[in-house]
Amino acid sequence: MSAGIDVREPVEQILAPLPDEEPPRRRFLFSGWHLMLLPLALVMLAPMVWMLLTSVQTLAETEHFPPVLPSGVRWQNYTDVLQLSQFPRWFLNSMIVTVVVVLSNLLLCSLAGYAFARIRFFGRDVVFILVLATMMIPFQVVLIPTFLIVRRIGLIDTLGALIVPNLAGAFGIFLLRQFFKTLPVELEEAARIDGASRLGILFKIVLPLSGPVLATLAVVTFLWTWNDFLWPLVTISSSNNMTVQLGLLTFQGAHKTNTNLLMAANVMSIAPVLVLFFVLQRYFIRGIATTGLKG
Amino acid sequence: MGDVVFNSVRKEFTGQTVALDDLTLQIPDGEFMILVGPSGCGKTTALRCVAGLEKPTRGTIRVGDRVVNDVSPRDRDIAMVFQSYALYPHMTVYKNLAFGLKQRHVDKAEIDRRVRAISTMLGLDALLERRPAQLSGGQRQRVAMGRALVREPAAFLLDEPLSNLDAKLRVQMRAELKRLHTRLAITTIYVTHDQVEAMTLGDRIAVMSNGRLQQLGPPQQLYDEPVNLFVAGFIGSPPMNLVRGHAEGGRVRAGDLSVELARVPNGDVALGMRPEALVLASDGLPTFELLVDVVEPLGDEVLVHGSTAGTTVETGAEEEEVPMLLEDARAPITARFEPGVRFRAGDRFLVGVKPDALHAFDLRTGERVR
Repeated sequence: MSAGIDVREPVEQILAPLPDEEPPRRRFLFSGWHLMLLPLALVMLAPMVWMLLTSVQTLAETEHFPPVLPSGVRWQNYTDVLQLSQFPRWFLNSMIVTVVVVLSNLLLCSLAGYAFARIRFFGRDVVFILVLATMMIPFQVVLIPTFLIVRRIGLIDTLGALIVPNLAGAFGIFLLRQFFKTLPVELEEAARIDGASRLGILFKIVLPLSGPVLATLAVVTFLWTWNDFLWPLVTISSSNNMTVQLGLLTFQGAHKTNTNLLMAANVMSIAPVLVLFFVLQRYFIRGIATTGLKG
Repeated sequence: MGDVVFNSVRKEFTGQTVALDDLTLQIPDGEFMILVGPSGCGKTTALRCVAGLEKPTRGTIRVGDRVVNDVSPRDRDIAMVFQSYALYPHMTVYKNLAFGLKQRHVDKAEIDRRVRAISTMLGLDALLERRPAQLSGGQRQRVAMGRALVREPAAFLLDEPLSNLDAKLRVQMRAELKRLHTRLAITTIYVTHDQVEAMTLGDRIAVMSNGRLQQLGPPQQLYDEPVNLFVAGFIGSPPMNLVRGHAEGGRVRAGDLSVELARVPNGDVALGMRPEALVLASDGLPTFELLVDVVEPLGDEVLVHGSTAGTTVETGAEEEEVPMLLEDARAPITARFEPGVRFRAGDRFLVGVKPDALHAFDLRTGERVR
């Protein structure tokens, strides 16, 4: 080291402080679009409201035509669901499967997406197109091959059957790669010169700047996994290993459906999705605010 | 030791673009070296090769006493300031400054000491908890410098660090850069396309074009003795006036100018005259007629743009093609006078040339005739 600065000695200020100016901030204003968005929001809310109303009705009220408003709030529907069915167990199963799948997607898709975005290796573009191509194959087509593989590794009728095939997905890889490519490459070069490794750059520079897109991937993966019905239906048979979506099916009999109980279970099953969405919504907005690299 | 040496460095990009062609350059410890040239001349590639962001196709780069071709950027003991500053947007100023030290597992107390020392030095103390988005352009620029300096590198690389600032701030920052370098004496390689920055900052300047080193020397030498037409056209603002001429028997005729220049061999030449080499005609000096086109009074001097009979010479250093409102077959001329001269557009008058301030370039090779 031959550099001329020896900061162990007392330092003096060489440069005068610059005038303290802060760039102006942006604000969100009311726009004419809101007049259109408001009625649309009401349309989207209507089924939710109906579901909520039905979930506190008696069975007789749910079967009444034309539909009527509930005469009173029947909370018993909820306790019935919790006590008479294995709902808590299904809910836990769904939670385990979904959380593991979301976390592994965030991690594995980040690694793959970063490699496809920034690392030069032989056959990168071909491999990436192959990965993308898998998105074009409908799940119904790969259902049976996947089933056979999962059976071979002995996971049928376990939660593992729901987790392992979904640990990473082409959509997540694609989404993250596209986002990573938009980050200024100088940031990563600066970090390389500063001494960060490839993984260090990914975890300390790239991912902290990818909040919005990671939040998007988390929400989308959560929704897909939480709401998945076909794959659990094929692979899970014992009631103990069912997910919420499979469990809901048990409220629908061949001759009779307990609509009020079904809707109460439905309300509870969408609760996590709503909570997640509202929590992560803050990140979408923060993502808009943390832009600006140069002056 | 913090010297940096390029030894026959060649860099090709895929698609057969040659960005650097046999660059040999020695930058001794503590020197402020400027790489200057028009865009695409290879100056940034040269800098990135030192930083380790590009790998030379051939040749070696030495930093200190190590050849660094196969050394990763983190182990090269260099620091770089990017044109966009490349501050980490999600970190505070403090964390931006500390990041490089943290990656090197420097002791926490030592990091704090160094960060605070640098921030005091650069006048950033009040901004340590801000994020880059909350800083002005000048403040970001300083943070970028601080982030590089805090590591105490053997060499300091700057890639057009002032180009994102407005004109006034740029002049101020230029002076600050020079002051910092005088104080810290770190080997500095500074890339710019701005020849004013090059002239004012550099101990030495390397003028580059098409991946080749054109001339290397102290600023004044480049200004006084450009080795070829490219350097003549690039260094100096306003640029050197160049008029096509013909030499025969020790006399050069260019337009209606005729001068005795014994050193010039017979053949086609370009005659070069700096704007300040032109004077109002006085006895004994060779003269030519200048038709005034535009007059720019700058306060301390007056720039007179006009044209004269003859044709101009392309140097390859022209920034952009500026359409000139000139009559056909006339050479543009810019002269620099003391304030007080009164000319108006359309005036014609005789301009004298000091013969010892005349440059002659062989038109076949573009080289200077000595």
